[in-house]
Amino acid sequence: MGSLIARRLAGALAVVASVIVVTFLLTRALPADPAVYFAGIGGTKEAIAAMRAKLGLNHGLLTQFLVYVRALAVGDLGHSLTTGHPVIDDLARRLPASLELTISALALASVIGLPAGIAAAVWPNSWFDHLVRVMATIGVAVPTFFTGLMLLHVFYFDLGWAPAPLGRLSTFAVPPPRVTGFYLIDSLFAGDLPTFAAALSQLALPALTLALFAVAPLARATRAAMLEVLASDFVRTARAIPLGRAKILFVYAFGNALLPVLTTIGMVFSFLLGANVLVEKVFGWPGIGSYAIDALIAADYAPVQGFVLLMAILYILLNLVIDIAVIVADPRTVGA
Amino acid sequence: MEVARSLRYMRLRPGSGSLILVAVLALVGAVAPWIAPYDPLATDVAAALQPPSVIHWFGTDAVGRDLFSRVLVAARLDLSIAVAAVALSFVVGAAAGAISGYLGGWIDGAIGRVTDTIMAFPLFVLAMGIVAAAGNTVANIIYATAVINIPTYVRVARAEVLVRREAPFVHAARLAGNGPARVLAFHLFPNVAAPLIVQASLNMGYAILNAAGLSFIGLGVRPPTPEWGIMVADGAAYIISGEWWVWLFPGLALTGAVLAFNIAGDGLRDFFDPQRRS
Repeated sequence: MGSLIARRLAGALAVVASVIVVTFLLTRALPADPAVYFAGIGGTKEAIAAMRAKLGLNHGLLTQFLVYVRALAVGDLGHSLTTGHPVIDDLARRLPASLELTISALALASVIGLPAGIAAAVWPNSWFDHLVRVMATIGVAVPTFFTGLMLLHVFYFDLGWAPAPLGRLSTFAVPPPRVTGFYLIDSLFAGDLPTFAAALSQLALPALTLALFAVAPLARATRAAMLEVLASDFVRTARAIPLGRAKILFVYAFGNALLPVLTTIGMVFSFLLGANVLVEKVFGWPGIGSYAIDALIAADYAPVQGFVLLMAILYILLNLVIDIAVIVADPRTVGA
Repeated sequence: MEVARSLRYMRLRPGSGSLILVAVLALVGAVAPWIAPYDPLATDVAAALQPPSVIHWFGTDAVGRDLFSRVLVAARLDLSIAVAAVALSFVVGAAAGAISGYLGGWIDGAIGRVTDTIMAFPLFVLAMGIVAAAGNTVANIIYATAVINIPTYVRVARAEVLVRREAPFVHAARLAGNGPARVLAFHLFPNVAAPLIVQASLNMGYAILNAAGLSFIGLGVRPPTPEWGIMVADGAAYIISGEWWVWLFPGLALTGAVLAFNIAGDGLRDFFDPQRRS
């Protein structure tokens, strides 16, 4: 088991290395000459030349790459022209907002999707199975930003249950003292229940929007995995013994169906990280996605590149965790 | 008898209805400028933000443009972007995958490394990064959407070529004096085309969603060009004041198009590969 995990770690490191090469190439493919761009509007010839030397653009590509890697090693992702802060600080400040949203959505999607998939597999071709299939087909076809607008129209405009889509807390509210950066957790640490309720009501709709997008693949994968396991010999044996229905279903069958479901969760997370950007825009959510959008529109490239790199590393990390979880959860790899 | 049965079989599958819908979509995209009741760019400030009515079926937007005409004409751009992106990733991905599977060795390793690297990114985020780096144009949206889809085709083509590489008909072709390029293009490729075409049709819906997502966040398509993603983004400004028609109809058109392509792709897959039907 240990050697398998070590191999996964080495593989992840190799992927991080190639991701860094790609983000480096993206920085060098800037539409305009980066030196002219960073020298600012009205930069003189001398200023541009100085900037070119400062950015190392007068060196060969390999030297430039080494300079880029050295800067990355100390967390230097450049400066944002729009906020005036180092990109790394902006990202660090905004990351918890995005993670709180994505993780809540993934949790919500699992709570809906896994039981729905299990039920659909237990009663195949029942009305519920058909309902799950129809909902899954529609679920992957509706753009996330459109789901968000429909939910907002019903729950904010028509019913008035949801707060205005203006971020994590209303403008007049004071955020809880920062411990984790997750408002839900920090407000509980501070024992501040009204803030917790306010943060939860702001989070509910964006998290639901993202979750609806992720439910479909999760339910589909769970159904397929459960159908396969339920048809296997060991489940038939367990039924013949007979073990209790609930024990067979949740311990023996679901335990073995968990591996493909875990893999699907990894894939869904990739979708969620992308869709997160769209949901942040719809709900005015101050995460790293809306930061990247604002920078993109302002032709401020350093934040976008920092954002792409951070997202890729997050995704690689998550896949690593899932790979290790699969190895740990799979009884066949014990002792390997 | 046999033909009648297979016709009946095809007619009853949900895929065939959606194939018709896809054809209708393509037709609408093609003739939209001539059947649209209004000029999609013509503004009429006196008739701004009108709810749907007999005169304006889908209502009007903030500067009085007819939304029905705009939704119709937008089909053209949205479908063209998706078709171009899918075609590009099909050609590049299938060629790279087939070469990778046929030759093996360091070429296979190098191509595998590139696809693994692409797959290491959350794909929509990578598309954003590419458009940011290459420039904010519609052409770059097509390239970005193509790049993020290439690994799928590489994998399918490589796997299919790999299992046939040592097949008797390939040996025969080689013995007859065909070089590697000829064997790949004229003997192997026709045999692996079906799963690739299925993949392409399954990919269309995703390509539409991806391109619309990029234009929703303000990339590529410039206003006032009619395009579904940017029209929904325009409408999002009215969520507070409740002019729902501005975002609802382009959103529905987008969803309908994706749904049609997805169901058609599923139907096509079941037709070519009945064993994998879920």
